[in-house]
Amino acid sequence: MTAYQTGLLVILALNVLGAFAVYLPLSAGQLNLGIAGFMAVGAYAAAWLGNEQGWGATAAIAAGGGAAALVACAVAVPILRTHGIYLALATFALGQVITAVFLNLEPVGAAAGYPVTEHIGPAAVLLTTLGVAALVLLLSCTRFALCLTAIRSDAVVADLMGMPVRALKVAAFTLGAAIAGLSGGLYALHYNYVEAQHFGVMLSTYTVLYVLLGGTRSVWGPILGAAFFTLIPELLRASAGWRYAIFALLVILFMAWRPAGLLTGGLRLPWRRRAAEETP
Amino acid sequence: MTPLSLSVEGLTKSFGGLSVIRDLSFTVPAGSATALIGPNGAGKSTAFNLITGVYRPDAGRIRLGGKDITGTPSRRRIGLGIARNFQNIRLMPHLSVLENLLVGQHVRAGGLIDLLTPYRLLPKHRWRAEALAALAECGLERHAAERVQGLPYGIRKRIDVVRATLSRPGLLLLDEPAAGLNPTETQALHRHLDMLRARGMTLLIVEHDMHFVGRTCGHVVVLNFGEKIAEGSLAEVQRDPLVREAYLGGMAA
Repeated sequence: MTAYQTGLLVILALNVLGAFAVYLPLSAGQLNLGIAGFMAVGAYAAAWLGNEQGWGATAAIAAGGGAAALVACAVAVPILRTHGIYLALATFALGQVITAVFLNLEPVGAAAGYPVTEHIGPAAVLLTTLGVAALVLLLSCTRFALCLTAIRSDAVVADLMGMPVRALKVAAFTLGAAIAGLSGGLYALHYNYVEAQHFGVMLSTYTVLYVLLGGTRSVWGPILGAAFFTLIPELLRASAGWRYAIFALLVILFMAWRPAGLLTGGLRLPWRRRAAEETP
Repeated sequence: MTPLSLSVEGLTKSFGGLSVIRDLSFTVPAGSATALIGPNGAGKSTAFNLITGVYRPDAGRIRLGGKDITGTPSRRRIGLGIARNFQNIRLMPHLSVLENLLVGQHVRAGGLIDLLTPYRLLPKHRWRAEALAALAECGLERHAAERVQGLPYGIRKRIDVVRATLSRPGLLLLDEPAAGLNPTETQALHRHLDMLRARGMTLLIVEHDMHFVGRTCGHVVVLNFGEKIAEGSLAEVQRDPLVREAYLGGMAA
């Protein structure tokens, strides 16, 4: 594999993690437009713990996920009181606040950026992503995922069915943030450099687009969306300056063709189809 | 399951200046099938929403099996034994029939282990088996894997009732369960309700179809403009002049 291909694969892995981070709360109906802020928390936490506290790569990255989860859990209660477009706006603002804090935080380099000493190779990024993807896929087969879908579909009925709606929403939001933090930690230790500007509006927007384009009703949607968004611009490289224009046009066409995302019915795996048919 | 009695005392609810339920009191004995009838806008659905906790009453008490549940949050009431269907069928349209039934089981499967068991990978899992059995009892098992979205009205209506039974309630509230059903489906619903009563479920049914009420419910409570105007057997309340006036306007008076 060429260095270019490996590099692309790492970007894909980080984007898939970001897409999962958006997908989890979205499956309960919460649009998190500030996901880059949680990635920044994970990236800076992992970088700082490695640089200043001498933590190993694994511990530092895991702590990055944990730090983002803590921030999410702390803000979840006030922020999840808002709904719909207001929740999106609140998370958007939160992402901006977090980025602005890091941009001015001297101990981690402020606007000059923050070099990271600990390093992880592409294999570590890819393996961690595979592990997280396996866990998210497994989670999508549980009642937890069913509850999130029920809440998105009809929160009043979910409540009457005995579901702790608020707690489940907080759990989905926090879990998404943890994955975002993890991806931030991987980013920091793989590229050995963090700067607040990277975790801006564009990163949040793109990450949300992976999920919206891929489909929000199945866990395969974010994977597909992230792959599409990462690989298509690369394939369009030959068209040089026009590639983003062509790409944007493709996105519009895709949304017109599949307004609910590329995947809408969930992926029917061969053995699942058989199981469904066996059901009397 | 143990049948549960229900009693409401002095229940009152208004929205803004509009008084929807006024000083409503009635009792549903354990194991009975009681009908709540009245013209449109009489407050029947609001009464259901008060009993299940969707709304808070302005005054009055609600007792389930003798226990005061007036202040109990809506989400905890299903665990105490109240379940309901919805007049406008509030199933989750993007989920399969089976998944909707699993949602109905939630209160018995809300522990952390149940929450994190990947049941979709386990075709023989007991929760699935139980939901399928409940469907099969109603002859609806062939729809298990279908998405609710595309199903005909009558089938969705009946699945909404099946979902309500999966929490194994002691008191089942049914809001117009027969509305829009064809005669065959209505017969099947009768058999289903008979079976639920035989298993020990108290039924409280809002229904406009008096044949249906006469066939299923021994006791009838009549509401009009948020107040109880009569109570008794169907034959008794049908003779009541207040009831005749409520249904026929001033003509019968």
